[in-house]
Amino acid sequence: MEFTLTNFIFYGFALMTIASALVVVTVRNIVHAAFSLMVTLFGVAGLYVFLQADFLAATQVIVYVGGILVLILFGVMMTSGRLEMRIHIERGQLLLGGLISLMLLMLLLTVIANTPAWKNLTDDGTELPPTTERIGELILNGPFLLPFEVVSVLLLVALIGAALISRKEVRDE
Amino acid sequence: MSDFRAMLASPHFNVSESFFPNINLQDGLNWAEEFIQNVVLPRLPEAVASHFPVELGTVLVMFACAGIFVGVFPLLPLVLVLAERKVSARFQNRTGPMRVGPWGVLQTLADGVKLLFKEDYIPPQGDRFLFLLAPYVIFACSFAVFAAIPFSQSILVSDFNIGIFYIMAISSVIVMGVIMAGWSSNSKWSLLGSLRSAAQIVSYEIPLGLSILTIVMLVESLSMSEIVASQSNGIFSWLIFRTPFTFIAFFIFFISSIAEVNRTPFDLPEAESEIVAGFHTEYSGMRFALFFIAEYANMFAVSAIAVTLFLGGWEGVLPGYDILGGFPGFVIKSLGLVFLMMWLRWTLPRLRVDQLMNLCWKYFIPIAFFNILGTGIWGLIFPEDTLISTSISCAIIYIGLIAAYKVAGRTLAQRPAPQPS
Repeated sequence: MEFTLTNFIFYGFALMTIASALVVVTVRNIVHAAFSLMVTLFGVAGLYVFLQADFLAATQVIVYVGGILVLILFGVMMTSGRLEMRIHIERGQLLLGGLISLMLLMLLLTVIANTPAWKNLTDDGTELPPTTERIGELILNGPFLLPFEVVSVLLLVALIGAALISRKEVRDE
Repeated sequence: MSDFRAMLASPHFNVSESFFPNINLQDGLNWAEEFIQNVVLPRLPEAVASHFPVELGTVLVMFACAGIFVGVFPLLPLVLVLAERKVSARFQNRTGPMRVGPWGVLQTLADGVKLLFKEDYIPPQGDRFLFLLAPYVIFACSFAVFAAIPFSQSILVSDFNIGIFYIMAISSVIVMGVIMAGWSSNSKWSLLGSLRSAAQIVSYEIPLGLSILTIVMLVESLSMSEIVASQSNGIFSWLIFRTPFTFIAFFIFFISSIAEVNRTPFDLPEAESEIVAGFHTEYSGMRFALFFIAEYANMFAVSAIAVTLFLGGWEGVLPGYDILGGFPGFVIKSLGLVFLMMWLRWTLPRLRVDQLMNLCWKYFIPIAFFNILGTGIWGLIFPEDTLISTSISCAIIYIGLIAAYKVAGRTLAQRPAPQPS
């Protein structure tokens, strides 16, 4: 393998993603796992940048790090005093989890094996056009308009549900 | 590889202002490569030289640039901290620091030295690793924001085509550092402060993003330099005056920004009278100084973003003239907004938690949605920015301001005067 800067940064991001993902699943402390997940998500965002999907990378950071991860940590801190926990795993769960992981592995291996030639997008010097405009076109003016609207309605329902659950009970006495 | 070179070339750093030397990142990269080819390689053994990664030189230059950047920028908070103390002193009829240097201008420097020599205390019951890491997360994120801010036509580190979106993404990571600091300190005050901060920042990010969206709708681009370029026709082409809705959006953006950087009246995460110092209670010495520097850097960053989005960026007041334009104009406008923040801090009392959340969810978010709808309709009626659309917009803003003044005056006059209890 030729050593180039691109390779160096790519493998750096890949290593960062995989190593921190391993920490997420092996470490006992939930808060450590959450912060490690942050590094994983950053690594994936970096890989998106390598695919010249800049909009997706920023969205990844905003939604997962700035939103979901903060909520996870919020939940952990508000609820539990015990952070170290031994999770008991039933044999059935282990079997099911192993089966699903194996299927995923098979799927990924098939995809990797069936891809004829790995092409490096940046090798021939062409720069892909910015993705933001095309994503906008596809979502608001193209084939993904209906799914987009359905998802937005779903989110609205979730929002109303959350407000309903969390609102104060008004007692009429 | 050639593409990567092109990618490196696009972060242009050719500072062609009159009093700056002409620096170009591409020149720097070429220079570094020549330096390695002509100086380093002949001195290495043959076996090593044939495998020497020349690209490493480019990385080193990038690191050097970043080092200069991070080295120079804490000077800005240094000035702002002194300014804050002087401004607060003036507001309270005091003189502020006067002893160190003429008019006390060297006070922050002295404080910095003092902080360097203070004990670096790490709570033994806390989480050592995260405690040490947290200040760096916050510091790095608040300085990464500066990479996308165009200080002038030529002074910008990188012209991302998703500029403003990148800034939002990076600044949303700051809250992770705050939570990290609060949790790892193993202190009630810190944890309370970080929880408050998380709730506040996550909430206020929504009106902030929606206000930015009105700008993006008008400019049809996320790139910071294109947003500035669309405001090049003098003060009335600045996006704040473009439509009445962006005028409202500016205020929502600015107030939400104050909430994002945790300043009074939104300083619940570090409310001194309630939770000591919030998430950085347990920090001392240089680690505390990092939080402090990051806070003032953030203040300047959000002001600079507000200037870029709404107040013309580095474009001047008159088209073709450099009044309030260029690099000095940009800095003056940003510092003006920073002064406004200080003014608000020393004038207004702190909000309660319920008032904070009410303001965000019941007022800012609906108004921001209304702004988006309004901007869309405005864009349909006036597809091009013309003299007529600007005049109508300014007239509406003027009438709206007078009406708001009258209504507010009447409401305040009708309210009974507070009685001492």
